[in-house]
Amino acid sequence: MSAGRLTAVAMSGGLDSSVTAWLLAQSGIPVIGLSMLLWDRSQEAVNGRCCGALDLSDARRVAQQAGIPHYTLRLDREFQAQVVDPFVADYLDGRTPSPCVRCNTWIKFDLLHERARRLGAERIATGHYARIVDGPGGPELHAARDAGKDQSYYLFELTREQLAASLFPLGELTKSEVRELARQAGLVVAEKGESMEVCFVAHGVREFVETQVAAAPGRFPGAVTGAPATLVDRAGGELGAGQPYYRYTVGQRRGLGLPARQPLYVLAIEPRQNRVVVGGEEELFARGLIGERLHWIGPPPGWPADLPLPALPAGRDPADPASPELVATVKIRSRHPGVAACIRPRARRRPDAGARGAALETVEVEFAEPQRGVTPGQAAVFYQGSRVLGGCWIQGRLG
Amino acid sequence: MPAVYLDHNATTPLDPRVREAMLPWLGERHGNPSSLHRFGQAARNAVEEAREQVASLLSVRPPELVFTASGTEANNQVIEGVAQRCGGRGHLVISAIEHPSVREAAARAERLGLAVTRVAPGPDGVVPASEVIAALRTDTLLVCLMLANNELGTLQPVAEVAWECRARGVPLLCDAVQAVGKVPVQARELGVEYLVLGAHKFSGPLGAAALWVRGGAALEPLLVGGSQERRRRAGTENVPALVGLGEAAALAEAELAERGLQLAALRDRFEAGLAEIPDAIVHCRMAPRLPNTSHVAFAGAEGEALLIRLDLAGFAVSTGSACSSGTVEPSKTLLAIGLAPAEALCSLRVSFGIANRPHEIDAFLAALGRELGELRRLVPAAAPAAVAALAAIEAPPK
Repeated sequence: MSAGRLTAVAMSGGLDSSVTAWLLAQSGIPVIGLSMLLWDRSQEAVNGRCCGALDLSDARRVAQQAGIPHYTLRLDREFQAQVVDPFVADYLDGRTPSPCVRCNTWIKFDLLHERARRLGAERIATGHYARIVDGPGGPELHAARDAGKDQSYYLFELTREQLAASLFPLGELTKSEVRELARQAGLVVAEKGESMEVCFVAHGVREFVETQVAAAPGRFPGAVTGAPATLVDRAGGELGAGQPYYRYTVGQRRGLGLPARQPLYVLAIEPRQNRVVVGGEEELFARGLIGERLHWIGPPPGWPADLPLPALPAGRDPADPASPELVATVKIRSRHPGVAACIRPRARRRPDAGARGAALETVEVEFAEPQRGVTPGQAAVFYQGSRVLGGCWIQGRLG
Repeated sequence: MPAVYLDHNATTPLDPRVREAMLPWLGERHGNPSSLHRFGQAARNAVEEAREQVASLLSVRPPELVFTASGTEANNQVIEGVAQRCGGRGHLVISAIEHPSVREAAARAERLGLAVTRVAPGPDGVVPASEVIAALRTDTLLVCLMLANNELGTLQPVAEVAWECRARGVPLLCDAVQAVGKVPVQARELGVEYLVLGAHKFSGPLGAAALWVRGGAALEPLLVGGSQERRRRAGTENVPALVGLGEAAALAEAELAERGLQLAALRDRFEAGLAEIPDAIVHCRMAPRLPNTSHVAFAGAEGEALLIRLDLAGFAVSTGSACSSGTVEPSKTLLAIGLAPAEALCSLRVSFGIANRPHEIDAFLAALGRELGELRRLVPAAAPAAVAALAAIEAPPK
């Protein structure tokens, strides 16, 4: 087996990554399957979710069916540090986290790529529904052909170098085609259902946050759990007591337990005051968002190829209203249809910014139409057509 | 498929002669040994012949042997019996490097109320007999000391400990699964009360093991519901596997000295060749060891990654005891002999078998040098992989 051309397939034991492995094995290139033991809670029996031990045994069986070697790497400590702890910390900070983005960025790509490289694999293939397209300036990330299954939103933090070493063989297929392939191949996972979105939370967010804090209070300094939040209106008037603040999500309507003439929604979460601000639907709409930890996949359009990555396109002066701004379609959560928006800088990158260079940069994103449910902690991902330019993490509402 | 198999402490390939002996019982012959008709009589006879063969290998009387499905079952049966008998009071002494089937059975007894003392090995991988003896109390009900460690291959001072235990009337369970068939084991002379062996560690089939119980020592059944094995292990006998166990025992008895020399020659060839490979250290090299086991540390090269690279290159080795989840954790045995977790993760176990040939050892050494060099090139030399991964997760941008 020529080590230089070896491709590692990330296998979760689910339908999509199984078909990915099978397709690559059929194509005749040297392939190995890699699974990650991310969340070892075998006693909790979370079968059917992406990190369960039973799914790992499905991955092993599919690898046998595809005729490829398969190895399981234990990455549970890294998963705890990179995904679970930030997930809990986000809820404690009054945000609604998007752990699947972090898992993709930090675990499936950064860490698994590195582990695969040590094994002699130069490329990594995953079962994501997204496409890598050769563009004039290098590889580009694009949405999948199957818009209903598109997962490009979760991949916005990848780098161009990672895309160059990645394969998404399902990007041109629909989910039903993938299932049909699995049936034709007789894969043991052919009739398996979808995995849950947050694979490690078995019994609800509130219990999960409280269990995690209780298990390791040192990791969450200053965390106060269990205290009922005060529900208030926009003017600060008290409406009643609720559950702890981290139980709520911006835009949530159900479960508030307040009598009101019109339906009430969560507008904002104020963790320090242990308050949850509620109001009418019209107040949910925001004209834009403030984003942090900006990331571009390669230079944005219009940026000369021979210059280093910009703080923002065309290096424009935020104080100058005449200078051009980046216009893109922005998705503010994974199932958001997208809205046209202008993206402008607020603070520049610090010169000592780390490997993900734009980590400290913040932007404002102004929507063409007000949007409901701008939720701190979710990712805002920028598209032009099907291409993902990059994105940022929502810090709060604009204005 | 890997071409060269160097993981015989996990399991050995079936000796073709053992297979020949088993085949009739997977084909034209069949019968339940408890049946009264001639089918049953023939099956009973096959099982009892196997018992005689195993008894001869251990120099014990056949009725003292209880057949089980695995060494794990036999270890569990002895410890569980002690725990049930004593009503939650009493004391166990085990070594800290026992197989999990002893360690976890003892931990379960601990949850039932028994006290458990775990005696650590020295840095040479040998548990000092004096420390096991020093751990004995007036209420000690059982001592568990393996004959050969599955990971390091180090031989433990069972006879010395057993002598003292006998003097004090404390029974000793000796897990001899890794030793039987590789070194001479005389159960009665060893002085222990219970001794466990498994067929698939010495060229026999999976699913057959034996527990030797000295006459007069107590043994409760773990499985009930039949009078098999003199009411000490219910369940229809696995006739083909037991026939294989018997044949493997007979072959081991006949060839033991020859096998020991052959295995030691393979191991010595490998360890001599390691001198050409930078930063490779054989653990516990000076201790009394099995002739077939080398446990080697490769500074700066994560054992897991090296194992996978070698597997892809066609050589099957292990990072330690095989684990059901198929993942790698720092070996408890290596931690017990005083290695840091990062060092423990940079080790491989190579265990040779009687079917290995010298040219396979040479090919393995060449592959090892190549894959190790490549891995060390890919992972910064200063930081072993596990340490690097830990450093990386300590400073994530939030």
